[in-house]
Amino acid sequence: MAFLDRKARQIFLVDMIKGFLVSMKYFFAPKATINYPFEKLPQSPRFRGEHALRRYPNGEERCIACKLCEAICPAQCIVIEAEPREDGSRRTTRYDIDMTKCIYCGYCQEACPVDAIVEGPNLEFSTETREELFYDKAKLLANGDRWEAAIAKNIELDAPYR
Amino acid sequence: MFFTNWLQHQGLPYPWAWTISQVVLIGVFEVVLLTSIAFFLLADRKIWAAVQMRRGPNVVGVFGLLQTFADAFKFLFKEPIVPAAANKLIYLLAPLVTATLAFAGWAVVPLDNGWVVADINVGVLYLFAVSSLGVYGIIMGGWASNSKYGFLAALRSAAQMVSYEVSIGFVIITVLLFAGSLNLSAIVRAQGPNFWDWYLFSPLLPMAVIFFISTLAETQRPPFDLLEAESELVAGFMVEYSSTPFLLFFLGEYVNIVLLCAIMSVFFLGGWLPPVAVWPFTVVPGIIWFLIKICFLFFLIAMVKAFVPRYRYDQLMRLGWKFILPTSMAWVVIAAAWVQFVRPLFGG
Repeated sequence: MAFLDRKARQIFLVDMIKGFLVSMKYFFAPKATINYPFEKLPQSPRFRGEHALRRYPNGEERCIACKLCEAICPAQCIVIEAEPREDGSRRTTRYDIDMTKCIYCGYCQEACPVDAIVEGPNLEFSTETREELFYDKAKLLANGDRWEAAIAKNIELDAPYR
Repeated sequence: MFFTNWLQHQGLPYPWAWTISQVVLIGVFEVVLLTSIAFFLLADRKIWAAVQMRRGPNVVGVFGLLQTFADAFKFLFKEPIVPAAANKLIYLLAPLVTATLAFAGWAVVPLDNGWVVADINVGVLYLFAVSSLGVYGIIMGGWASNSKYGFLAALRSAAQMVSYEVSIGFVIITVLLFAGSLNLSAIVRAQGPNFWDWYLFSPLLPMAVIFFISTLAETQRPPFDLLEAESELVAGFMVEYSSTPFLLFFLGEYVNIVLLCAIMSVFFLGGWLPPVAVWPFTVVPGIIWFLIKICFLFFLIAMVKAFVPRYRYDQLMRLGWKFILPTSMAWVVIAAAWVQFVRPLFGG
């Protein structure tokens, strides 16, 4: 009987019809995907996106060229050169991140004693050429100015947990 | 006819007038067909996406309606790459053969009562011949691209299409026995006037199912898309193709699918006939009913792609030769017996 039962199921395409009904159920199910460029998923405050160099509210750049980020970077994508400024404070003359090497581990922002280098919430920074991904100091500071509000909010939200 | 007469009034001799009007008719037909194929292609992607709870293409145009046109232009403007070791002539001829044959099949399909490009009395034979030739495009493409994947896929597709063509032939014979004609319009008229007269609701129902399965195999749709099996053969016979030749292959494939949907609705779903021959249904033009039937069958074919896993090659061959072929052969006998002995009892 089991044999006949199996054969009858095959001949009357029972499994196919069941499969059809199941897929019709999913046909009308709510979509699992979102309409990406127009809708976006919520982001964690710890999201590690595009890098930015921050400034103090008075416009002074935070980075003191301690080179801890350069030292900790596992991909060795950060290059820093520094010398004293006219007023005697220690500041970077060069701060490059090779975004093609970066693995977005976030160690640089963990290492930073003054919260200068951070990974912001921006994830849409694809470029048409490779060269555009070799970020220099000016680009990083510009990112910092552009994303400061979001970055400050994220740091504030994440503060209780660290 | 109207256009032919008008041209004759302009002073053209009849053969010229007939030829010109026929060429214009075919041109209009092809353009309409191509445009609708674009939307069928989009529908296929949308249906597949919906079953997987995705949105599918929705950015180009309203609801992504222009996506296919964007894709077509992308293919047209890309650089065609011909492999250095390929047989250039055959390589470039193959997609043309596929697309041309796919379009040629439409010549005998009646869209409505009398709406047919070539109303020939052996329409079914013509269709069968054209769809049998379809395998040449694939073999030529697979062989000429001089790639092992392409060649393997071409061999697979040859075996697959030949085996399923045999059973399609037997299915068609049962329909012919019932209709008593090789003309597609006559086959439709034999199924009137109401839906319980369609061959789907006659002893030919199993043949309709078998025709559907064979259609999937014939057009290399999943679950029988063994010649494309991307995990084994990358993309099958199309692996070396790019740009416009690829577009032609792709187009030919979809034209073929919709053609077989049309044939299926002519054979089993009563073509352009309304489901019930009463007032509100008979007012709707026949081409609308035909289109609805084609869309329904296309929906089923697209759904099959979404929920059936790909068959293994030996399973495909076993199904074709050991189940579908004997069943359809037996049904030829059953159908003949029905027409000869049972139908006279109903006064048919």
